[in-house]
Formats: sequence, C-alpha cells, structure tokens
Amino acid sequence: MVNIKINGIDCSVEEGTTILEAARKNGIRIPTLCWLKGINEIGACRICVVEMTGARSLVASCMYPISKFDEGKSIFTNSPAVLESRKMTLELLLSNHKKDCLYCSRSGNCELQTLCRELGVEYESAYDGVKNEYEIDYSAVHMYRDNNKCINCRRCVAACTNVQGIGVIGANYRGFKSTIGSPFDMDLADTSCVSCGQCIAVCPTGALNEKDDTDKVWKAINDPEKVVVVQTAPAVRASIGEAFGYPMGTNVEGKLAASLHRLGFNAVFDTNFGADLTIVEEANELIERVQNGGVLPMITSCSPGWVRYCEAYYPEFLPNLSSCKSPQQMTGAIIKTYWAKKMGVDPKNIVSVSVMPCTAKKFEIGREDQSASGYPDLDISITTRELVKMINKAGLCFRELPDEEFDNPMGNGTGAAVIFGATGGVMEAALRTAVWRLTGENPDAPLEFKEVRGVEGVKIATYNVAGKDITVAVASGLANAKELLEKVKSGELECTFIEIMACPGGCVNGGGQVIVPADVRNFTDIRAERAKALYHIDSEVRTYRRSHESPDIKEVYENFLGEPGSHKAHEVLHTSYKASNLHK
Amino acid sequence: MAQKKCAVPFAGTAEQEQELMAVIEEHRDDPGALMPVLQKAQDIYGYLPIEVQEMISQKMGIPMEKVYGVSTFYSQFSLNPKGKYKISVCLGTACYVKGSGVVFDKLQSILGIGGGEITSDGKFSLDDCRCIGACGLAPVMTVNDDVYGKLTGNEQELRDILAKYE
Repeated sequence: MVNIKINGIDCSVEEGTTILEAARKNGIRIPTLCWLKGINEIGACRICVVEMTGARSLVASCMYPISKFDEGKSIFTNSPAVLESRKMTLELLLSNHKKDCLYCSRSGNCELQTLCRELGVEYESAYDGVKNEYEIDYSAVHMYRDNNKCINCRRCVAACTNVQGIGVIGANYRGFKSTIGSPFDMDLADTSCVSCGQCIAVCPTGALNEKDDTDKVWKAINDPEKVVVVQTAPAVRASIGEAFGYPMGTNVEGKLAASLHRLGFNAVFDTNFGADLTIVEEANELIERVQNGGVLPMITSCSPGWVRYCEAYYPEFLPNLSSCKSPQQMTGAIIKTYWAKKMGVDPKNIVSVSVMPCTAKKFEIGREDQSASGYPDLDISITTRELVKMINKAGLCFRELPDEEFDNPMGNGTGAAVIFGATGGVMEAALRTAVWRLTGENPDAPLEFKEVRGVEGVKIATYNVAGKDITVAVASGLANAKELLEKVKSGELECTFIEIMACPGGCVNGGGQVIVPADVRNFTDIRAERAKALYHIDSEVRTYRRSHESPDIKEVYENFLGEPGSHKAHEVLHTSYKASNLHK
Repeated sequence: MAQKKCAVPFAGTAEQEQELMAVIEEHRDDPGALMPVLQKAQDIYGYLPIEVQEMISQKMGIPMEKVYGVSTFYSQFSLNPKGKYKISVCLGTACYVKGSGVVFDKLQSILGIGGGEITSDGKFSLDDCRCIGACGLAPVMTVNDDVYGKLTGNEQELRDILAKYE
C-alpha cells in the first residue's frame, strides 16, 4: 500500500492503481474523454490531468500508476491550474467541432457537452480558426459517421480493434488532418464492418449513430392500409429502463409492452417466441448432425454480427453455422405466414417491425433468403435507442404506464428464451431441451447450466448427458470468438456445440442499447448488471423454462410447421450463408 | 467519401511480390515489424498502393486500416508512384511567405491532382517539400533536378514551365 494525499485527504492505495482509480475509490470523479478501462488506455485527451507534487507538469491520471516512489505525495484533482487546463482543452476541441447541439442526436447524453457544462465553458468560439469539414459517411445500412463531431478520442477504434478484433476503422493522416476512417478512405459499407455497433456504444459525442428508421415506423403506423406488427428482443427489456431513470438491470417488460401498445402497433409480440422456436429447431439440427455424422461443432447463428464476421473472416466455418434463422427472422417469418393466414391478413399489407439491442439487425433484415412469405420476413428494425426516441416523441410517461402483457399467440416466451439476451443463454436454453430429450424426456433433467453463464470472453464446459460427455463452448465479443475458433481450427479444442455472440456479454451489451457514459461504464459491468434482469425473469417470472414446453410453440408446430426440422420448417425457418470478400 | 484510388494502375511483378514476402518472413517474430516492412515495401515498389498494403495486411495478420493509418501518418511513405517528372514545391518558411502556397495550389488545379498524387498518364507527380536551401530565389519549385525560382504564381508562367517537359 502507498500513502498519498488526494485533495488534502489521506488515502492509502494499492501499488499500481492509477491516480484516476485511486481518486474514484475515495469518492472523487476525475473527468475523462478517451479513457475506457482495459480497452482504450492511451492518455490522449488530457481531460483527466491532475497536479502532483514533484511532477514537472500536469499528469494524465488515467495513465499514471501509483508506485512506492509516490509515497507521501500530494495530488490535486481540482486545483485552479487543473480546472483551467481542462477548460482550455475543451475549448480547443470545440474550435473544430460541429456544434449543432440543439438537435444533435446525442444532446443530453453527450460526454463533451456534459463536460463543457460542468467545467464552465462559456465561449464556444474561444479559439476560432480553420475547421476541418468532412463529408458524412452514410454508406452503411446500420449507421453513419459524422467526423465533424469527432474528437479523435479513438474509443471507437479501440472497440473495433481491441474488443472485436476487426479494425476496419482507425486513425488516418497526421496532426490537424488526422481523422478516423477506413483504409484508403473507403466507405464503411465497402469494408468488412460486421455492423455490431460497438463503436457507436462507446462514442462520447454525436459522431457515430445508428441510422434512424423511426420515421419509417411512424409512417407505417399512420397508414390505415397497413397492419403494423412489432416484436421486441429479450435484451431490450433489460436496458430500456435506464433511459427512463430505472437502475441498470431493471426488468421493465410490462411497461415496454404497454408503451408499444400505446404507440399504435396493431400487434405487440415478443421475440422470445422466435427464440423458443430457434431452440427447438436448433436442438433438432444438432441431434441430427450428431447422429448422421454432420459437420461439428455446430455454431449458433442468432447474432447477425457474428454471421457476417464468419462470412468475411472465417468462411471455412460456414458449414458449421446452424442453418436456423435468428429469432428475429423466425418471428418475422411466422408473422407473415402462419399469423397472417390465421388473421386473414395479406402479408403484403403487413409492416413487420422489430425493436432490437442491435444495429446488425438492420443489416440482417436485408439479407438474402429471408423471405418465407415471399415478402421480407422483417421490414424495419429499430434499436432500443430509437424506441426511446419514439416513446419520448409520443409523450408517453413510461414510468407511469401499467404493466401489460405481450399479445398472443407470440407473447409467451419461456425462461429459456429470455436468457438469449446474455452470453451463454442460447447454449443454456439449448442444453435444457437437448438434455431433456437425450435423457428420455426426463422432467427432472437439470434446468440450470451455470458453467456457461457469466461475462468471461470464452467459456468451455463438459456435461455428462446420458452417459456421454458433451463439450460445449461459448464466446462473446469477436476477438474472443477468434481466439475460440483458432483453438477449434488447430484441434486444441474438440467440442460439439458453440455459441458465439458478436457483442461482449451478448445482446444485453449490444450496439443498439441505451448509451452508458464512460464514467459509469468504467466502474460498472454493464454486461453483468443487465444480465441479472434476464436471469431473474427466467427463474422468478416465467412458468415454463424449457423452450419446447411453450404452448405457443406447440401450437405453431401442430397447426403449421409439423415436426421440428420438417420440410415446412426448413422453408420458413432456415437460411443459408455465403463467403464474402474482406472489402470491395 | 470516395475511396482514394491511385491514378496509375498497379504493375507489380511476381519477383517484387516474392521479395516482399521474404521481407515479411524475415520479420515474422518481430512485434514492431510493420514500419520496417513498409519501408522495404516502398523500396521494392517505389510506393505503397492498396494492392501492396493488402498483401502486407494479409500476410502479417494486421488489419488493413492499421497499415493504412501508419502509411498516411509518416510523410516518407507515398501512396502514389512518382511521375516521370517529379515536381516539388518548397513550402518552407521563406518560400511560403513569398507565396509558394499559391504556386502549390495553382499546380494542383492545373494538373488536376492533389499533393502526393500523380497524373493518370504517369507524367507528373506533385509534392510539397521543406527548405531546399535556395531561399534567395523564393518561392522555389523543382522539376526533377531543374530549379525554378522567383515564381510569381502566375498560371501562364507555370504552364510554360510544364510545357518544357513533353
């Protein structure tokens, strides 16, 4: 332990702790812009500077590990020199920033804006001079980049390169001209961006945003000719509450359903239905592969970011990908086939909308071989954040709404479905059904497989099922997926079934979820907090905890699909993949 | 944002590729190998077009963007080959205050290329440089080894100079 003084208060801190973390442990928040713990530790923005006795100049607190040589030193985190320096840094950033804060999408939760307010920046043009002007890159289907609002903090680059192991964006050029972009200034759409949106989730300003598709939704809702149906993914209910003042990890599914009803959707379904259907089909596919010598390990295909990654970076694993569509697409396919027929609606007149924690879903709805009814399975996919915008625009008092149910026949997902939103959830859900089936439909077969839960990047577990050892693996975050795939490729790991989610921690931490500012993100594990809500629903709220037990699922097989893996099921619920180039 | 394309088609040979692969192989276990590899690649090809950067990215397992980021950070790296006639405009202090910025801008518009680029016929390439020690003649430009001083920035003057190189 090292004894130091922070702002005159005696503190004893563990050697190696950074000044920033030591201060936080003692109740002092030092502001940051570029620092993301464990992801982007580059000391570039100079917002976190502090004064320290013995130091020649101000010290970047995020990068300074306290050592035994600092014994007895005094640190000042808010002295006049420190505050003046931070303010000047902000004014310099503003001198090259597009300040359309009145209507910027991030107004109100922009970290730059918050700091300017906190540190008393009064003149937004204190340093007027030459400004860079950048064309906005609207090329990708899921997002756009407005470098006029970029502060070059490189958090997006770190998310893309370090967390996802992709690196299709980075810093180009030098000095005043340096800017974040793609190789040879390619449009993002021409790169192998997998659309995960992790860059958007970490951007402190309005430089990165999902493409806003809410106008399309409003237009459909206001069109009397259209039947507008919405579904919402399991992870949305674990995050959207944050936008309305609930603590992270609060389950708000009742109010979520209520707000969707009040926005004017004709039917409000739960993607959990599609998740249950996925499990039934996927478990069947897995057992078939095992029994008939098919390609193993089978790998899940729920995460469109992962599917895109596999197509571009690991095409050799395409035969391992489950042919099952994602839960979103399965729900969409059933809406426009079975439900349309049941309700006597022409699928042509259905506008199918999804609310997703995900930006890659915007990409997925445009994939080939995803139109079971002859029309696209899904028409519009919006993120959790876009739904927040719609709720606010409509003047709904989210917290004051009653708790409502989703509509039938796609409103009663099982506990197995709801945990799809957390890493390991699909694996656990699949194991629940597979183990039950392989143990002679034993009602006492185990329900919880805790070894595959939790936020570790790669989890491997072996279960003895009916006398046979089955090894399974789970990875979330594509850098972790890469590590796992390399192990499988080299033969170091032999397993039967793999779950991969593109986003670290799974969909709860998806690129479309409510934005969490860095000073919360750095000290709270978003992945674990939000996952708690889902595991709570699974164990405390749901009647059924195995997908095949769902009455909704039984109904759709009885009346429409026949058996799992049937010809009809293949027509409606399965798809195909193809290898793609790394860039155009 | 249009992709930066080189005006001159890539004409790398199998021998050049072999040489590059050998260089990368040499640096296989060297964690900071990207810079020396890029330097050698520029020696081999004369410049670093997308085709070369792609080879480096794939063989070294480094994202292409990282390769591009490094190659655009250092002014010693060039994304375009040099023309048959290499024009350099001095943007050093003395030349700059005497108006070499205007000369540089005029040349860009006459040639239809930016700094660091090459005309599609491969004839002229345009770069800026720092002091070449001819401050008495400021503003100064060079075309290969020929020095032109006391430029006025007059467009016809520049066209006349370029016309000498056919």
